[in-house]
Amino acid sequence: MIGLQIRDGTKVYPGTIALKSVDFDLHMGAVNVLVGENGAGKSTMMKVIAGVEQLTEGQILLDGSPVTFHGTDDAARHGIGIVFQELNLFPNMTVAENIFIGREKLRGGIDIDAEAQRRETRALMRRLEQEIDPDTPVGELRVGQQQIVEIAKSLAQDARILILDEPTSALSAAEVEILFRVIADLKRNGVGIVYISHRLEELIRIGDHITVLRDGCITGTRSMEGVDVAWIVRHMIGEASKDFAKEIEHPFGEEVFRAEDVCLPRAGGGLAVDHVSLSLRAGEILGVYGLMGAGRSELLECIIGKHRHAKGRYFVNGQPLLARDVAARIARGIALIPEDRKNDGLVQILAIRENMSLSSLGDFTRLFHMDLAAERARVRDFVERLRIKIASTEHAVSSLSGGNQQKVVIGKALMTKPRVLLMDEPSRGIDIGAKAEVFRTMRRLAAEGLGIVFVTSDLDEVLSLSDRILVMSNGRITAEYPRAEATETGLISASATGHNHPREPAE
Amino acid sequence: MMTATAPRQAGSGNLLLLLLKLRTFIALIAVFAFFAFAAPNFLSAANFVIMSKHVALNAFLAIGMTFVIISGGIDLSVGSIVGLCGMVAGWLILYGIDLGLGWSVQFNTIEICLIVILVGVAVGAVNGLLITRLNVAPFIATLGTLYVARGAAMLSSDGRTFPNLNGNPEYGSDTFRLIGTGNLLGIPISIWLLICVGLMAAYIANRTPLGRHIYAVGGNERGAALSGVKVNRVKMFVYMFSGFCAALVGLIISSQLVAAHPATGETFELNAIAAAVLGGTSMSGGRGRILGTIVGAFVIGVLSDGLVMMGVSSFWQTVIKGLVIIAAVVIDQAQQRLQARVALQAQAATA
Repeated sequence: MIGLQIRDGTKVYPGTIALKSVDFDLHMGAVNVLVGENGAGKSTMMKVIAGVEQLTEGQILLDGSPVTFHGTDDAARHGIGIVFQELNLFPNMTVAENIFIGREKLRGGIDIDAEAQRRETRALMRRLEQEIDPDTPVGELRVGQQQIVEIAKSLAQDARILILDEPTSALSAAEVEILFRVIADLKRNGVGIVYISHRLEELIRIGDHITVLRDGCITGTRSMEGVDVAWIVRHMIGEASKDFAKEIEHPFGEEVFRAEDVCLPRAGGGLAVDHVSLSLRAGEILGVYGLMGAGRSELLECIIGKHRHAKGRYFVNGQPLLARDVAARIARGIALIPEDRKNDGLVQILAIRENMSLSSLGDFTRLFHMDLAAERARVRDFVERLRIKIASTEHAVSSLSGGNQQKVVIGKALMTKPRVLLMDEPSRGIDIGAKAEVFRTMRRLAAEGLGIVFVTSDLDEVLSLSDRILVMSNGRITAEYPRAEATETGLISASATGHNHPREPAE
Repeated sequence: MMTATAPRQAGSGNLLLLLLKLRTFIALIAVFAFFAFAAPNFLSAANFVIMSKHVALNAFLAIGMTFVIISGGIDLSVGSIVGLCGMVAGWLILYGIDLGLGWSVQFNTIEICLIVILVGVAVGAVNGLLITRLNVAPFIATLGTLYVARGAAMLSSDGRTFPNLNGNPEYGSDTFRLIGTGNLLGIPISIWLLICVGLMAAYIANRTPLGRHIYAVGGNERGAALSGVKVNRVKMFVYMFSGFCAALVGLIISSQLVAAHPATGETFELNAIAAAVLGGTSMSGGRGRILGTIVGAFVIGVLSDGLVMMGVSSFWQTVIKGLVIIAAVVIDQAQQRLQARVALQAQAATA
């Protein structure tokens, strides 16, 4: 039975078309799996269904009649619940308070009936097989448990349609099993579930219907019978590969950087980075592929020195790198381009010039006096070299588009004259044109002898840009391929190692 | 059509933006012009000297406060540091340091100044350590030191005033009075000091890596740290510098009055914050200018002195001061919006 349909749905954002006239059927009492690369339009489609965004064109049919949702609460009234990948909980409030936030149970319209909320929360937790006390502050729960609370929140609103956006990305194997049992139970009760994930084996195991998205179009939709990883990958990637290919072959130099035994404890036990070692040669681009939460970003943060309690040994040009703070590591030739441009990469309120020179102010300073003319000249030089399109270097960096902001961050890193460039999802949130330009820049820098480690969850990117590929899963390196030997299937299965099918590595 | 209208729009936007940017200055001129007509003797040289001496006290504190606010913090303790430092200066002049057994060490003026400054910087360092090492919110940490320093000032004299701080020529402390009352080339020493500190602060803000780092920390602490800025060191500096400025004010006031009272400097911190905000400093950090703050301090000072000369009740003065501050912030918001729009327009034109 089909509960909800999208017909000819198009969603346009300024600059991009996120969905191109898609037709989507949501089957009730079944798990509808949605898969596609980052930026393929999965999240947009779900946001449209959940009322977060409205379609630019086309319509949504609920039980056959057209509906328009003006917000999440509007959608919730129609029985649609969504659990976002980034959880929307209040860590300072208790589980029960979180579940009933915005629609508290009231006595006489004023007084919150805490006891009733608690009772209902307890019933929900029993249904979800969780030993979570309704009075625990959410901040004290593990991420997996928080996810359960989010699901409970949707269930408390009697959701007939439940959208789960990458629900397992932060869950342990045991918690995944519980979630799957909950899903099976919901299915029996006729709830229609939309399940988004990158873990293909998981999808095949749990899904009843599958829909594959690529660049805003639906490239394949069918029932799950007979679907295998190869089929999914073919529809995800398509035949025509995006063209970031290597232009010039160049020889690699000596080993420029080595990390040994890097470990980073995870909040709530375990290791976010689990005894990782890697080596990088001058001129080499090392791609690190992995899913969200695999520990890739944390690895880069360890190398730059963000986490003081991280352990590990590092060598630059064979010399041990003992300094622990970021400034000293930058001085030794390591530079990081963070994943979160807005919060980690830039000081939005400052001018473009001030952002770009922030890491290399020492170069313009004699004793304590800064040579502002030299600074301006240097910044202008990098603006030209990186082809950043700006009206003036004095404008606030917040006035730039994502792609240009990313180039400012790259410029900042390059101005420190690094030998090793760490790039965390360098193409995140920027349009295709800017992407290609960023990749060209990376190739050129590598040809000039820079060693680059870049992290991505985009298969295409990692396959076409890297000279060598490492795959991370659960904080560990699970596979390493030279470029010629890497395959999509190989990467995908290595990136899921140690998650829902714990298996011993083949000896 | 587009090409014809776009530059003109940007042009008028730029002019308006310039006016908004200079608003503190325009406000100062307006206040001046108003009182020149409305208040008798306002334009006399003697009045200027008196006014600038008043303004200087607040300006010192406001300069220190500006750095703190730009770095994303707040320093509520400056008023108390003023009181404490005044008492330390008074104690040193009257008693020196008692070593017991009838022995005591006496100090000359320079030494007294250095010790007092050291005390101010030390209180600032305590603020900095509380904030950086113990992760206390700046508001709370400096609120704590506000009480502690005020209490210590009271304890030092049991709440009494140290009178007659004339110093002793034998010890070389008789020159202490000159700090507050002396003149050089017809201009009070305290004004010379303000010029020095102001220039130094403006230099730090504009031409040194330290200054750039203060802005970066206030704008985005995480981003600054990942760019290699030593965030804790920057924060230590701003609170210690604020303590330094407060110590100077303590010295000047006790020298001017030739006495030290432990309640000196109460609510000074609020005036300092007001001057900084009036001068365009953003309370959320990352934005502000030293010159703006000094002009802001002058607006507040001239306003209150001028109203006194006009014979306006001090109750009304307080109301007017409050309205001026609120108006300043409202205009500041408008400027930010306009500035962002002009930048976006220019960016759109390039793309």
